[in-house]
Amino acid sequence: MDVLIDLFSDYTLRVVALGAAILGMSSGALGAFAVLRRQSLLGDAISHAALPGIALAFLLTGSKAPLVLVLGAAIAGWLGTLLILAVTETSRIKYDSALGMMLSVFFGFGLVLLTFIQKRPDANQAGLDTYLFGQAASLRVSDVITMASIAALALAGVAVFWKEFKVLSFDPDFGRSIGFPIRRLDIGLTTLLVISIVIGLQTVGVVLMSAMIISPAAAARQWTDRLGRMVILSGLFGAVAGVTGAALSSAKANLPTGPTIVVAVSAIVAVSLLLAPNRGMVWSRLRAWRAGRRLRMDAVLMDLFLLATQHDSAEYPHDRRVLDAMSFPRGATTRNLRLLEDRGYVQRIDATRWALTAVGADRARMLAHENPSEWRTA
Amino acid sequence: MIQAQLEIQLIAAVVAAACALPGVFLVLRKMSMMSDAISHAILPGIVLGFFATSDLASPLLIAGATLTGVLTVALVEMISSTRLIKEDAAIGIVFPALFSVGVILIAQYAGDVHLDIDAVLLGELAFAPFDRLVVGGQDIGPRSLYLMSGVLVVNILFIVIFFKELKVATFDAGLAAALGLMPVLIHYLLMGLVSVTAVGAFDAVGSILVVALMVGPPSAAYLLTDRLSVMLVLSALIGAGSAVAGYWMAHALDASIGGAMATMVGVAFFFTWLLAPDKGYVARQRRRTRQRWTFATKMLTVHLLSHEGLPEAAEECREDHLTHHLRWEPAFATQAVKTAMSDGLVARSGPLLELTPAGRKHAARAVVEI
Repeated sequence: MDVLIDLFSDYTLRVVALGAAILGMSSGALGAFAVLRRQSLLGDAISHAALPGIALAFLLTGSKAPLVLVLGAAIAGWLGTLLILAVTETSRIKYDSALGMMLSVFFGFGLVLLTFIQKRPDANQAGLDTYLFGQAASLRVSDVITMASIAALALAGVAVFWKEFKVLSFDPDFGRSIGFPIRRLDIGLTTLLVISIVIGLQTVGVVLMSAMIISPAAAARQWTDRLGRMVILSGLFGAVAGVTGAALSSAKANLPTGPTIVVAVSAIVAVSLLLAPNRGMVWSRLRAWRAGRRLRMDAVLMDLFLLATQHDSAEYPHDRRVLDAMSFPRGATTRNLRLLEDRGYVQRIDATRWALTAVGADRARMLAHENPSEWRTA
Repeated sequence: MIQAQLEIQLIAAVVAAACALPGVFLVLRKMSMMSDAISHAILPGIVLGFFATSDLASPLLIAGATLTGVLTVALVEMISSTRLIKEDAAIGIVFPALFSVGVILIAQYAGDVHLDIDAVLLGELAFAPFDRLVVGGQDIGPRSLYLMSGVLVVNILFIVIFFKELKVATFDAGLAAALGLMPVLIHYLLMGLVSVTAVGAFDAVGSILVVALMVGPPSAAYLLTDRLSVMLVLSALIGAGSAVAGYWMAHALDASIGGAMATMVGVAFFFTWLLAPDKGYVARQRRRTRQRWTFATKMLTVHLLSHEGLPEAAEECREDHLTHHLRWEPAFATQAVKTAMSDGLVARSGPLLELTPAGRKHAARAVVEI
């Protein structure tokens, strides 16, 4: 509760939460496209590849201003993406290998530069390593303003090219055929993705930023089949996770921001996977269970019908044990008969015998008519 | 060179070779990113194991963390089998979540354990020689050297024993299943092997750089050979070479050894990509150029043959006409004629181009081939 109160009263925390919300929104929205285009892991590569860019920007300019470092990160992330493309297009190296290699090699080089910088006598270098796991507490108002303007630019880009990006994501061949410059759009969307990633580096860190691209989008996908709603929802999830994580980590000592935000967003994914209407695993299990129960019930109904057809009346009673012998697997007959009784399809005649009701006989005839191959009615 | 330096290089080379061997199969099976997922996801296993044993080389910790790695693979496969999330996104969701839990655990208990976030990312290769293995009062060398040599031996044994199964399961999983070679079991054993290797290497190079050692050397070797056995040996050699080079780079810059090893893997791959015979960039470009001129001379000789001795020859068989008839750029036409003449297929007679006997034969063969 304290955290909630602080969120409204504490100035620093408000700044931090605002920053986290902005990064969650932009990475969530752009992440939706990345996930739909099956480029989830590209986000991982871009964010890792940004590290040497940050270190080099500092080495070259001596400045720790977020704008300078973010620019370095963006250039390095971009370069990494281009190299992945170049390697896969000019050799038989597959996409996944190029991705993994670029990610780890760039990151390794970044670490070399970081450790190199740390050993220099210059005292100004402290704090660069917050870019590894992020530190929300290091956000200042000016940083948040920078983040907000860049994010606004990226989101405006999505809004302006909405139709084009939609076509690019779902059917690029169609887009090409109606004359969209697909390659340039692809580069544009990837650039926006790079931008949305580098915005979050100061808060979440290069190691875990990829989760902010993938997870909100994967969660949002479970709730809707429409792109517009998915992008908005994804941005919302990202923002909620960002604020939750940043607030928790500012409130508690020794709680690194990036990992806390990632745990929050992972929880959103878990809830979405389980509970989202239609696609949620709980509902689909429930549907499967209901369908199975209906099928087993109908099987007993049809057995009873099959027996009755050998007599004058469709409502001729039969012993439960006969039904038991006919059904597979054995033993559940009584339960299925009770379920049928609840629905008014069968009635109990005495201790062991059951008969179809008129309604039950009608249902049996209907099933046999609808699907004669399924139900053997001789 | 002092003994500690030698030992660090030896450990680095063994780690790199141990990573490269299972990496070959990851690269060939298009599962490179699984190494990323596993090397991150074992962190909570390592941390919890460390709480329990306070010893990074304890067999209990290694077994526990390895199990975490295999469970991660199973979790990713379970999530993607629901079809709610595609496999690449499932990987990208599962491992940051587990890694985050690990980092939070470390940060929370930072005061109590000798395991910090820098060690997670960088490894502590520089300190490896200080941790000695003492048997019966006798110092027999750094402990991580023995640990990683053990992992390397396990990897080699596994690959030698299951070579046939691995090969078939990698290149034709359907056939492997039909032959009763149990590709699923092989898959999980391989994932277990990747996990064990990642856990062992973690101490030396940290979690993210394991990926470089697993994916980089096999990718470079993939550009050098078409044989699995050769690729395995080359990968191990490239890995070990990059590791030693990385050590000296770190030594020169006074920087992280793990990071420098990954950087040198990148450098090794870059030069292989550029210069590999047959599959390298330069070789491909040269082959392309050669094919272009071979085709151009074929076109030229066929063109000349089809007009040879006919009334329009005076019009058609001139160099400046080629731009019109074959739609060649003037510079390209000049170069094509020059190539054909130096090959002895075409000769000039005044303004006209004429086929030599060899050129006539060449054109006739080209027509038949086409």
